[in-house]
Amino acid sequence: MPSYTIARGLNEALRKAMERDPKVLVMGEDVGKLGGVFRVTDGLQKDFGEDRVIDTPLGESGIVGTAIGLAMRGYRPVCEIQFDGFVYPAFDQIVSQLAKVHYRSRGQVRLPVTIRIPYGGGIGAVEHHSESPEAYFAHTAGLRVVTCSNAVDAYFMLQQAVASDDPVIFLEPKRRYWEKAEVDPAMTPDPLHVARVVRGGRDVTIAAYGPMVKVAMDAATAAQDDGHDLEVIDLRTLAPLDMTTVLDSVRRTGRLVVVHEAAVSHGIGAEVAARATEDAFYSLQAPVLRVGGMDTPYPPSRLEEEYLPNLDRVLDAVDRSLAY
Amino acid sequence: MTLGDDGGPAVPPDRSGSSELVQLLTPEGERVDHPDYAVDLSPEEYRSLYRDLVLVRRVDLEATALQRQGELGIWASLLGQEAAQVGSGRALRPDDMAFPTYREHGVAWCRGVDPLRLLGLFRGVSHGGWDPKDNNFNLYTIVIGSQTLHATGYAMGVQKDGSESAVIAYFGDGASSQGDVNEAFVWASVFNAPIVFFCQNNQWAISEPQEKQSRIPLYRRALGFGFPGVRVDGNDVLACLAATRAALEAARTGQGPTLIEAFTYRMGAHTTSDDPTRYRLASELEAWKLRDPIERMKAYLSRNGMADAAFFEAVDREADELAAHVRSGCLTMPDPSPLTIFDNVYVEQTPGLERQRREFGAYLESFEEVSH
Repeated sequence: MPSYTIARGLNEALRKAMERDPKVLVMGEDVGKLGGVFRVTDGLQKDFGEDRVIDTPLGESGIVGTAIGLAMRGYRPVCEIQFDGFVYPAFDQIVSQLAKVHYRSRGQVRLPVTIRIPYGGGIGAVEHHSESPEAYFAHTAGLRVVTCSNAVDAYFMLQQAVASDDPVIFLEPKRRYWEKAEVDPAMTPDPLHVARVVRGGRDVTIAAYGPMVKVAMDAATAAQDDGHDLEVIDLRTLAPLDMTTVLDSVRRTGRLVVVHEAAVSHGIGAEVAARATEDAFYSLQAPVLRVGGMDTPYPPSRLEEEYLPNLDRVLDAVDRSLAY
Repeated sequence: MTLGDDGGPAVPPDRSGSSELVQLLTPEGERVDHPDYAVDLSPEEYRSLYRDLVLVRRVDLEATALQRQGELGIWASLLGQEAAQVGSGRALRPDDMAFPTYREHGVAWCRGVDPLRLLGLFRGVSHGGWDPKDNNFNLYTIVIGSQTLHATGYAMGVQKDGSESAVIAYFGDGASSQGDVNEAFVWASVFNAPIVFFCQNNQWAISEPQEKQSRIPLYRRALGFGFPGVRVDGNDVLACLAATRAALEAARTGQGPTLIEAFTYRMGAHTTSDDPTRYRLASELEAWKLRDPIERMKAYLSRNGMADAAFFEAVDREADELAAHVRSGCLTMPDPSPLTIFDNVYVEQTPGLERQRREFGAYLESFEEVSH
């Protein structure tokens, strides 16, 4: 069984998708000869040619806007946005066009476009290279928003995203790109839009996604020493949210802590908390707590360890939840 | 941009220093020659261009009237731009693809789209809802400029398919300031995409005159992006037809994009919600009325014995019949049912939306039970 990093898992997924469907294109800045700044598209242009792996001019709106046109022509483009903070020039095309054309056309035009975005902090980068824009997209009807936390999901979820006939925002946890896992290409993967319990536990449910799943797992290991048995859920899909898995867990544990890098206010955690309150109110023994970034711009990198949720902040929230 | 006399690839005409306007038919209805552009049509074809001009103006006037009577929420009139739209629209082949803004009613007509499809959007029963493949006419796009990138991507797809179709992207003088339009120029240029950018410079972006958008004539922007630009008399249907045909042919034969600036005039308001008396002089409109696209074609046909009074009357009658179709179709257009709000957000409905739909349906039914 091959051992892949997340970056390699994504690379193999793109390769598979391109082999399977000649209409699949890869496009973005530096995705060709260079193989992408994170090497996720490494070797693809060599094997599939410049016609299918396209180095584009440096304009994000242009990348997404032309991908929409290519999809209208019957292609299945996978766009790479080089860094999270550079997706905003394409925001209008994503929100006003990509997300809405199917609705506008009353279902007659499908836009199977995948937009890959390396996101999140923790790599000591300069401004605009560490952001978590997921809530903007999850708030937009017509988009699907997913994120992987490990190489197995990277490999399968990206293939599923490319196969989706709806537009998909595919968020890649950039600080975990080089973490490895064994990937069995022959296994049957979970469907794209389900969350997964990655660690069973009785006392508190921790819901996390992307780069924070590892933090949540580390917290669960540490909590054992205090005699607390944490259940960890990898949400995987942010739009649509799979609340079934979360609610099942909350009905057992009675306590829920949501963890993400993005600022807490108006974030994914707020939505998960609201839904848990609406649908599992009598199961809750404590308010749903959120652990996330502060409501500030992403700070200079010398401060990012303070900004980013870590094991201690997750455990602190666990203690507060259990204290109710 | 056109093929040279010897059939080889032609050098773009040198337009670097001039702001010459390609014109084949003067405002007085006289044919004039141009060294680079020509049309040689049969009398039947000339008459049919005139017919289209009259019909699209009549539909437009009817839609404006329907808005005034409260039947449409808003209407964006094409009044004055008929020649630019019919000339370019008639230059297209069936397999070419058009990407309109929200004012291309004349192009829609040339593509065979029933005007009622357009009215549905302005009445508020849909956001468009037609299938672009039916007539190779994309959905109306309201964010000015967005569609130029879609058109460029589509053209890149045409190129990948090895097809000999071309693509035309419509936009206006206001949209020329949009980043998307400029990115579309970059993409089309570096990928040598088979596309024609057709800019209807109608002089006004709501209240802002063209000098708020550009210090140089818009067609000259193209040179900076590396492809030819040409300014045509946008009220001259023959010039618009000739220039668009040539640009489409260039696109089809691997010569890449062309920018056509159709120099025209928005004779009406920006939309029915606008009041142009606040920002422009009535005398300007009067001056442009002398360059009316329909009158000059009528004069040309009459003067050259290609049409008589009976023909003009027949066209007017046909226009009235079309207007009646538009009116009755608009008045009988059903409102969509409330639960269709939830349709087609996704190709595959999500569980969350399914639940919202169910709950909203139950909420609506609760009122019905009360009323019984």
